Amino acid sequence: MTRNLITVDDLDRDEIERYLSLTDRFAEVMQRDLKKVPTLRGRVVVNMFFESSTRTATSFELAGKRLSADVINVKGSGSSVDKGETLKDTVLTLNAYRPDVLVIRHKSVGACAAAARYTDAAIVNAGDGTHAHPTQSLLDLYTLRRRGVSLEGLHVAYVGDVMHSRVARSGAAAFRTMGAKVTFIAPPTLLPPGLEEGLGGRASHDIRDIADADVVYVLRMQHERMGDGGFVPSLREYSREYGVGHERLRPGQLVMHPGPMNRGVEITDALADDPEVLVTAQVESGMLVRMAVLYDLIAGPAEHVRNVPVEEVAA
Amino acid sequence: MSAAGRVLMDDDQVRRTIARMAHEIVERHADPRAVTLVGIHRRGVPLAARLARDIAEFAGTAPDMGTLDIALYRDDVGTGVPVLGETDVPFDVSARPVILVDDVLYTGRTVRAAIDALFDFGRPPQVQLAVLIDRGHRELPIRPDHVGKNLPTARHERVYVHLTEVDGADEVVLAESGPAKGTA
Repeated sequence: MTRNLITVDDLDRDEIERYLSLTDRFAEVMQRDLKKVPTLRGRVVVNMFFESSTRTATSFELAGKRLSADVINVKGSGSSVDKGETLKDTVLTLNAYRPDVLVIRHKSVGACAAAARYTDAAIVNAGDGTHAHPTQSLLDLYTLRRRGVSLEGLHVAYVGDVMHSRVARSGAAAFRTMGAKVTFIAPPTLLPPGLEEGLGGRASHDIRDIADADVVYVLRMQHERMGDGGFVPSLREYSREYGVGHERLRPGQLVMHPGPMNRGVEITDALADDPEVLVTAQVESGMLVRMAVLYDLIAGPAEHVRNVPVEEVAA
Repeated sequence: MSAAGRVLMDDDQVRRTIARMAHEIVERHADPRAVTLVGIHRRGVPLAARLARDIAEFAGTAPDMGTLDIALYRDDVGTGVPVLGETDVPFDVSARPVILVDDVLYTGRTVRAAIDALFDFGRPPQVQLAVLIDRGHRELPIRPDHVGKNLPTARHERVYVHLTEVDGADEVVLAESGPAKGTA
């Protein structure tokens, strides 16, 4: 049976723990002089990025290469997608190469689930519109875990453009699965209705509410999804009301951002350059987590090991 | 703790066999302190630790130790078991002889993978193999240098090495083909 990673909602706590343990093993590989293992020799990973991406696309590519898979990258622009080829036809075309994994980023919600109908390859959702971005959630969890932060009881505040954020949607679900508490802080126009019921976090319009959070997760203003706008009066006003800088943080608070950062909008220049901010650590975790995901999807069904206790896995 | 099957070695026999292997390693190496032991996950790891302890007793110095998980080097990726153990080789493998340690030698595929994994860390001047049980049926040209016990078996039989650190007791059990649990 083909296994996919479409949304983090499909993962229970044990499965997330298993991914985090697996990621630790690849962190060890990346500390070696020779940072490559032969595990996925002869396997084919196709990265299909119909939306722009630097971090996710490069990290999936490098993750595949570090595992010795053959990696093909297809971009939206410059491919037949420019000529009007549908997602279905593109998937069917690439499926002829018999890929083991298709990594898909697409602007439409549900694109990955749709693509899964046309291929036997495992599908990894690398972001579908405003819906989900499961590997981002896993890398966020891993980044904190690696710093020794306990996820149970952790308080995470997402600040900014929650409305358009698959990072917040997937992240909140993953954090809650792991026993963390989530708050969303944004102007009313950028908080989707039904948020508290849907995502189970508290919603607030007051930036001062970040004071309670252990982790301040700054979200990118997604201009490209805002169409004609009207979501904020001006970026300058948004920045004044909701921009995160050192003056709004208390000592010891951790700051995360999925990148790319709009400096001077949702995050101040000075904070963006602060080495304490976890952005670079998140990028590093991204490749490790994606190695774990590619390995896990190809290495096969894990049903019989699903309930192996963590201490036993680490033994 | 015994699986259904015949107990071939009890805890005392396991202990004495490991001690004898340690003696043999000390005898056969001009400078036993220069050898390094690398345990293959999973029961090779506690086995290597016990050998190291005995070698320390006989030779005066404990050899350096490492652990190797070979899951990323298997020739059958895609058949499940994606649980990975720890790999930790905290010394330069290019400098001194390495003795790979595992509980059971069977087809030789695990050892093949372990040699590949080891060479990703450097180029050892010599690699040897120490196993508690050699049950035969090799599928690759691999032979052990230090053997605790040669055990003629049929392919349908399974050999389970239980070690206190992992299983709560020391024993070696020969059983008829059953669920693939522990070490086959």
